[in-house]
Amino acid sequence: MNAVFTYILYGVTFVLLIVSFLKDKSKTLLSLKKAWKMFINILPQFIAILMLVGLLLEVINSETIQHVIGSKSGIAGILISSLLGVFTLVPVLIAFPIAAELLNNGAGIAQTAVFISTLTMVGFITLPMETKYLGKKIALLRNGFAFLFALISACIIGVILV
Amino acid sequence: MKKTVKKYWFLLAVVIVNLFVLLFYPQKGITALHFTGKNCLNFLFMLMPIFICVNLMDVWIERDIMIKVIGKKSGFKGVLVALLLGVVTAIPLYALLPVAGVLLKKGGRISNILIFLGASTSFRIPLLLFEISSLGWQFTFVRFGVNIIVIFAIAFIIEKILSEKDKKTIYENADNL
Repeated sequence: MNAVFTYILYGVTFVLLIVSFLKDKSKTLLSLKKAWKMFINILPQFIAILMLVGLLLEVINSETIQHVIGSKSGIAGILISSLLGVFTLVPVLIAFPIAAELLNNGAGIAQTAVFISTLTMVGFITLPMETKYLGKKIALLRNGFAFLFALISACIIGVILV
Repeated sequence: MKKTVKKYWFLLAVVIVNLFVLLFYPQKGITALHFTGKNCLNFLFMLMPIFICVNLMDVWIERDIMIKVIGKKSGFKGVLVALLLGVVTAIPLYALLPVAGVLLKKGGRISNILIFLGASTSFRIPLLLFEISSLGWQFTFVRFGVNIIVIFAIAFIIEKILSEKDKKTIYENADNL
């Protein structure tokens, strides 16, 4: 699904570039120059993020995850799975099958929900990047609240879906 | 020297950790680096059109228009636009951030940008479809219902907390992107 979206994005970008180029050459070149600068600016942080994720995935594998947040892990399990979600940067295409596997193996609904919520909304690893674009205060507040609400909503989901 | 270290501290720290791992657990270190290399290409492939689109937007779209659509006085319409924009944008958080940055630069209202970020990260359409197929519609439906409330709560609480001075700093920061 994501791959298709990427190809569509490339198509759209290409068309936009051509239209832009036909309308105004210098503006288009300026935007490409800016894009390149943005790219160079973010590259070091980006490589660092990927190196960190590579290391984390070596340490944490899916078996460990299944072991730690089983259905009887209770509040500790919820906390642990929320932290797992915060500190990992796994594409959802990988995360959902893991989550489904967890549920099949008797993991709690609340634990699974909090994992998905924090995984998608809270990013410790991307925090430096977020600070760069949105400023420190928004970055910290947004991640803090997202974490807090992920815990609360997981409990609600757990209660509703029992 | 000091400035370079300050700018690249994150990369430096990770490289040092990686070197240690390579030294003491060569096998794990190599697998980790292999992952990094492979995914670096994937992610950059994904980011490239985003960077180009974001900067085309930056060059072409007038600040005034953007302010009208999702700015301070855009009201309910602005909220709706932000929400819809988020729901159809299927890119990971790290790629969303530059987009959010340019929306800020163009004078978007902070709460609207947070709604955009929240909607895209937690219930964009491709993600929902995939979630239904792997976790079932019940799970997806309940999570969606709870999360839509959460997204609005986060956006409006943060905007309330930020002082006028904070907001000024945030917009200035976005201006320098």
